[in-house]
Amino acid sequence: MKKFIFILTFFLMFTGVTIAQEIGMALIKEGRFVPLYGASSKKPVFVNSFYLDIYPVTNAEFLSFIKKNPTYSKSKIKGIFADKTYLSYWKNDFDFGSSKPNSPVTAVSWFAAKKYCECQGKRLPTMDEWEYAAMADAKTVDARTKKEFNNYILSWYEKSKTYENEVGKTFKNYWGVYDMHGLVWEWTTDFNSIFLSGESRKDKSSDKNLFCGSASVNASDLMDYAAFMRYAFRGSLKAQYSTRNLGFRCASSTKPKVNL
Amino acid sequence: MKKKNDISIKMNMLLCLLFTILLGSCKKEESVNYTDIMTEGEMNAELTAPPMVPKPVGNRTAMKLKLNMEIKEQEGTMTDGVKYTYWTFGGSVPGSFIRTRVGDEVEFHLKNHPDNKLPHNIDLHAVTGPGGGATSSLVAPGHEKVFSFKVINPGLYIYHCATAPVGMHIANGMYGLILVEPEGGLPPVDKEYYVMQGDFYTQGEYGAKGLQPFDMNKAVKETPDYVVFNGKVGSLTNGNELTAKVGETVRLFVGNGGPNLVSSFHVIGEIFDHVHVEGGTVINKNVQTTLIPAGGAAIVDFKVETPGTFILVDHSIFRAFNKGALGMLKVEGKENKNIYSGTIQEGIYLPEGGTIQKMPENATAKTATPKRTAEERIKIGKQIFGTTCFACHQSEGQGIPNTFPPLAKSDYLNADSKRAIKTILHGLTGEVSVNGKKYNNVMPAQNLSDDEIANVLTYIYNSWGNNKTEVTPEMVKALR
Repeated sequence: MKKFIFILTFFLMFTGVTIAQEIGMALIKEGRFVPLYGASSKKPVFVNSFYLDIYPVTNAEFLSFIKKNPTYSKSKIKGIFADKTYLSYWKNDFDFGSSKPNSPVTAVSWFAAKKYCECQGKRLPTMDEWEYAAMADAKTVDARTKKEFNNYILSWYEKSKTYENEVGKTFKNYWGVYDMHGLVWEWTTDFNSIFLSGESRKDKSSDKNLFCGSASVNASDLMDYAAFMRYAFRGSLKAQYSTRNLGFRCASSTKPKVNL
Repeated sequence: MKKKNDISIKMNMLLCLLFTILLGSCKKEESVNYTDIMTEGEMNAELTAPPMVPKPVGNRTAMKLKLNMEIKEQEGTMTDGVKYTYWTFGGSVPGSFIRTRVGDEVEFHLKNHPDNKLPHNIDLHAVTGPGGGATSSLVAPGHEKVFSFKVINPGLYIYHCATAPVGMHIANGMYGLILVEPEGGLPPVDKEYYVMQGDFYTQGEYGAKGLQPFDMNKAVKETPDYVVFNGKVGSLTNGNELTAKVGETVRLFVGNGGPNLVSSFHVIGEIFDHVHVEGGTVINKNVQTTLIPAGGAAIVDFKVETPGTFILVDHSIFRAFNKGALGMLKVEGKENKNIYSGTIQEGIYLPEGGTIQKMPENATAKTATPKRTAEERIKIGKQIFGTTCFACHQSEGQGIPNTFPPLAKSDYLNADSKRAIKTILHGLTGEVSVNGKKYNNVMPAQNLSDDEIANVLTYIYNSWGNNKTEVTPEMVKALR
């Protein structure tokens, strides 16, 4: 009996490790940074340690989610949760057509992305978390002032149809996370918390009611146009929107449950 | 007492004068309130890609115009062998031309193609309202925004994208023109065209091959590699020339998208009969060069009295001959010797002095030259000819009588290809005899690579009745 328990414990430990790898999350250690937007002053924001998916969610993964939650399929999803472009490239409810299983799932609404993460016992990352993890290049935590890093991000805007690529083909960053840049845009929980009026020139003025982060725009590196674009993109979204270049990945504040 | 009287008389006169000025100016600016014009009927707005413009409004009443414009981010050609990712309104740079009349109500449907990566919006300078429409039109990829406005000020206006970072969106080609015609329309003319200048910033220098990414640093420093009409080098040359017949009146709707440079717009060999200064209501007459600010426009018209090729330039002239800001208007018809005798050198601009000058040499890249067939050389050479040679030697190699010798059926050229190579490499000054005529002028040494010289000479030798010599980079290198 003792022996059996020992074996069982051993087995559980072993599977625990395996699952941890399968779960595929990386630990992002706590730290402070000054985001381009969002900080009401120049003061850096503090980001607690959290776990972030190593890769964006893929077509295959999303398909298995839909099989378990058919209300989130193309034909069944409620209109308030997703607009008509939801999974527009999928052939039908349970077939992602000619897309690769390992390509990121895109054309999903915020509601669907959020639900997916919840079903995994996870959540969407906050914008600050996402930006914090995304400012790392392969070697440093904050590469935002590096010219090559910004050029790399900017050059992505000029490559078309990168959503057809498979996950994990861009660089692995300092935290061990892939595809933060160069593959698809990604949803965040509070994507619309920064109010960009759409008249971006106005947003740059010191009109603090419109846009409380204006001070930080002036303070942060204005050459960080790469980030500018992300905020502008998020500003154009609504939660039921889905676009072909927009995917997501999940985060977790605690170690993923399966691993405990 | 007398003094006091004097003062009061003076005061009175001053008041009178002031009153007259005020009254006068009031009278001048007495304008119709176009906000009250009622619209009758509805139609879909006609949109055109440059250099064409939609039909004039003529006598039609103010209407409700439905306008569909799609934003596309797409790869295009900047110049031969150079690709660029353009962001476009309607698939062209500049974007589709919009033609309205004062009082029209425009229902604007702005669509962002699903494959696009970025949100966009539109600021139309013809719109009275916050952001010129930009505040109401931020649209995510795969979505559509609808807003409407009434055009209440006649004139020629630009529109552009105003999404962060604004400069980058404009630098990638997101601009175009919207015309608001006065009641009854602009006076009819024979030909109308749409030309818009823009400056582009690429990571490689002018002519560097391949897909060239946008260079933010150059844009901030305002040092463009390309300054072009209608989005690319050669959009109005090499078979895409604007055309007219002798005796016709040509109207050009000219805009400047910027993002940075101000244009000194000039047509070599023509004088604008009328210029709607800055695209507004004031008409200036007999203008040589009109200034078009970034984010501004002008309407110019002129009657073409003589046949020939008239060259559209930004008269900040290095932009024309070295960065691409050059277009052509080909006029066909009978010579009119009273107006142009054939000996006047009107408009030929020779920036160099009386001695041979050198172009800076460092720019010739040391990259390996690919093997090319004669056909490839001719194709590439034609492009080089179009930007480097034709301003003097003319599009068909005919030259300019008594000034620039012809290259077509040229005995001087066909007699010695080594001499031709040396001429491009080192320049040429002094008297030469070509086809029995004497020329005494200066040609500066050209800053071209061995490969480029080989290509352009092969093109010249294989055109216009020359002896079909093929020049190779090795031949050029031996003489450098």
